[in-house]
Amino acid sequence: MSNLNTGMVEKYRNNFLNEVEANVEEGEWVKMCMQCGVCSGSCPLGPYWDHPPQELFMMIRAGKREEVLESTSMWMCTSCYNCLVRCPRELPITHIMHGLAHYATRLGIEPKGQPTRQFAQLFWDNLAKNGRVNELWLGVNLYFMNGFVNGIKVAMGMAGIGLGMYKSGRLSIKELIGGHTVKDKSGFKAMIKKAQELESARVDK
Amino acid sequence: MADEKKIAVEKKIGAYICNGCGIGERLDSSQLETTAKRDGKAAICQQHDFLCSEAGVKMIQDDIDNEGVNRVVIAACSRRAKTEAFAFKDVVVIRSNLREGVIWVRPDEDDQRETTQEMADDYIRMGCAEAKYANIPSASGQQSVNKNILIAGGGISGMTAALEASKAGYPCTIVEKSSALGGATAQLYKKIPTRAPYADPEDTGVDAMIAAVEADSNITVFLNSTLTNTAGAPGRFTADISTESGSTETKEFGAIVQASGFTPYDANNLPEFAYGKNKDVVTQMELEALAKTANGGAIKRPSDGKEVSSVLFIQCAGQRSTKAGHLEHCSGYCCSASIKEAMYFKDQNTAIDTTVLYTDLRTPGAGGENFYRSGQNKGVIFTKGIASEVVDGANPTVKFKDLILDEDVSMEVDLVVLATGMVANAGQPTRAEITLSENEAKEAGTEYKVSVESILNLDYRQGKDVPHMTNGFADSHFICFPYETQRTGIYTAGPTRRPMDTRQAMDDATGAAMKAISEAENAGLGKAAHPRVADLSFPSFRQEGCTQCKRCTVECPFGAINETEDGYPEFNESRCRRCGTCMGACPVRVISFENYSIDTVGQQLKAVDIPDEFDEKPRILVLACENDAYPALDMAAQNRLEYSAFTRIIPVRCLGSVSLSWITDSMNSGYDGVILMGCPSGDDYQCHFVKGSAMAQERMSKVGDTLETLSLEKERVQTYEISITDIQKVPQLINEMAETIEKIGMSPFKF
Ligand code: SF4
Ligand code: SF4
Ligand code: SF4
Repeated sequence: MSNLNTGMVEKYRNNFLNEVEANVEEGEWVKMCMQCGVCSGSCPLGPYWDHPPQELFMMIRAGKREEVLESTSMWMCTSCYNCLVRCPRELPITHIMHGLAHYATRLGIEPKGQPTRQFAQLFWDNLAKNGRVNELWLGVNLYFMNGFVNGIKVAMGMAGIGLGMYKSGRLSIKELIGGHTVKDKSGFKAMIKKAQELESARVDK
Repeated sequence: MADEKKIAVEKKIGAYICNGCGIGERLDSSQLETTAKRDGKAAICQQHDFLCSEAGVKMIQDDIDNEGVNRVVIAACSRRAKTEAFAFKDVVVIRSNLREGVIWVRPDEDDQRETTQEMADDYIRMGCAEAKYANIPSASGQQSVNKNILIAGGGISGMTAALEASKAGYPCTIVEKSSALGGATAQLYKKIPTRAPYADPEDTGVDAMIAAVEADSNITVFLNSTLTNTAGAPGRFTADISTESGSTETKEFGAIVQASGFTPYDANNLPEFAYGKNKDVVTQMELEALAKTANGGAIKRPSDGKEVSSVLFIQCAGQRSTKAGHLEHCSGYCCSASIKEAMYFKDQNTAIDTTVLYTDLRTPGAGGENFYRSGQNKGVIFTKGIASEVVDGANPTVKFKDLILDEDVSMEVDLVVLATGMVANAGQPTRAEITLSENEAKEAGTEYKVSVESILNLDYRQGKDVPHMTNGFADSHFICFPYETQRTGIYTAGPTRRPMDTRQAMDDATGAAMKAISEAENAGLGKAAHPRVADLSFPSFRQEGCTQCKRCTVECPFGAINETEDGYPEFNESRCRRCGTCMGACPVRVISFENYSIDTVGQQLKAVDIPDEFDEKPRILVLACENDAYPALDMAAQNRLEYSAFTRIIPVRCLGSVSLSWITDSMNSGYDGVILMGCPSGDDYQCHFVKGSAMAQERMSKVGDTLETLSLEKERVQTYEISITDIQKVPQLINEMAETIEKIGMSPFKF
């Protein structure tokens, strides 16, 4: 358990809802869920979740801290916003899902080896580097996520598509070496740093 | 006698045929005129292009004024249309329905012209026949207006009714059993909010209301008092008001509001929740007392006076359950009450854990959802689950099944609150019900005692209180006529009628007060109450013919008929709703109204032309309840839904008024099928006269025998329950009958 996590357990003891309200983005909405189940029924990936959104909200209220934060569930959210537009109580469900995932990551108790989580990390690392997504490296990293041999196999399989993208100018081989960046890269880095500082200040308080 | 004099006046029928609304194009009006004069014996018959226009109405009025026409037959639209235009005074007005009853339900095709015209001719004959046998009703003249309103119960409902009626200028008398006004509301710390934004508990306002009642010189209050005898009828009730000390005062009233409230369900019936065993398991009402004591400070629990830091509310405790000793109904207010009580804690200290354990959270009323949301906002936790047990201990432990997470949970809290429901103070069961229970007890060799006290102590043959409906609440039809009970002039309000909160009770009481006022006025004029409002006719019976069978007395849904000492029925006309159930019940047909009798219907069905068996033109008689089935038929016509041209429809006041003689007469005179259409009966009845359609169902179950003696197929008579919305269904049922007749053949009874 990370230090932060032990600290949080101590701080809130049984009151996980309060912890979520204080630390998770849009967490103060969790108490407003009326358990209608519309979100769970609307989610295109719903059947694949261990605990669909409605259930997660109830678990938070029931104080099931580890079960929620260590769950793979919120990592399944694809940000389609179906639930959010349908929730009769107007909960920002999508944002809460990401908030929970992010909070679990901060505490260091997120599920390891969960593919969508891994992809999210790859995507972020890729983006945070130059302020632009490097499609080529993102693809390469993704293919080799599960080892070299598997990576070759996937890459071979995707070769046709890659070639097509290259021909139509959607993919540049130059991306392999450096690639394109935002104009003010240091400004961008400073911005991200500040945002991270602000967030830590909020969580650690 | 007055009515004999009326019969002596010569009846002069004027028939008026409208050619508007397409009637003129579709029908041969000169043929109709001939029919009216020749068969209907109309002294005068005139046509008009727009009968409902000023000129058309004037034409009729002139004949009334100058030609002595006193029976007006309007052959135009349905009796439900243009009622204001055709409201002629001091004459009998009969409507022959040529528009909704004929041209709108038949296709405009050449080969249909003949049967359509026959339909119209028959309706003219029927209208004239009814006109001949109907008389102009007038009040018996025995009435006088009594503006005094009696209110049983001095809680929030009773006080509201008194204040409202008093404001309208009607003196009120409140009879309250306890030693103070205020009822259950006075025991509350705060009430469920009644105003936007519906976010916080509200002051009950009961003290101000008591002060207003006490300051009102138009309101007399009797405390520590009960009604020991209530006799008479609307407009002339006499009530004995007896105080605890033994003195009795008799006063007279025009109408009564019964606001006798509720008794909280006895939580001792819930040993599984450790009630009575663990002091920290309380009911919602008991929590109100704790909150009152705390008065905004920390609420302390009963066992050891510890400040409560966690509380759990068990919803539906002993309610919505079919277990013996539990209440089957939802009391409707307890979810909101628990939210309110959880707020007592949260508003004082947000750190207090408050959990509401519910299966379905029901917060009726405009602000209900807002209040629920506000509770969530304040941090009240709502958990969907079913409590199975409360384990006794220093702190009670609630065992429940979480229905969302599907797991069994134990939760230890400082205080458990049970949301138990309301038991209506609706008085005693009816005499018939008591007799039934007595008989059962006798069979079992035990003695039966009525355990509940009567509220009104009515001196009615049918029982001491208003009849009950489901779950012991006073009967009322909550959709169509909420305040009406089965005792005319007695209106129930508040939780004695159905479970409700204070706000609803106040609205309810206002409505009941208005009803009581209008009934006091109507009864004074000899006019009927709902649904035949302002009808002046009332049933009378021919004593020489009466066999004292008592069927009318028993079957009258409103307890209107008492018995004289020598065993004859005694009609209390102002208790009567004019349904005619007594008339339908009377086996020797001696009961009648001036404008509705065995003859007014019987002669109509005989006036219909019955073609010869070989004409292949059957006749289907439809007796349709005027409250729902007839409007449904009208609406079917408005939608141009077609039904058989062989149909002849007669509206009846209630299926309960249908005399078996009409059925036998129609069979004997060659009708091929008879359809009865009444309102749904049973627990969810829609009969405007409560029991009328149920009575009819029972009587019609015996029609089979009659048909058998005539060697007729039993399919020829059908009874259907029709709601006003059954617009598609009514023509279908008629057409099914036409098909049936085609299958089984024509009636052999045609002459
Ligand atoms: S749709 Fe909204 S209110 Fe309904 S269960 Fe989901 S989050 Fe709760
Ligand atoms: S936004 Fe996320 S949680 Fe909501 S429906 Fe889409 S995938 Fe499911
Ligand atoms: S049965 Fe109907 S019409 Fe007859 S006395 Fe009773 S209420 Fe009046």
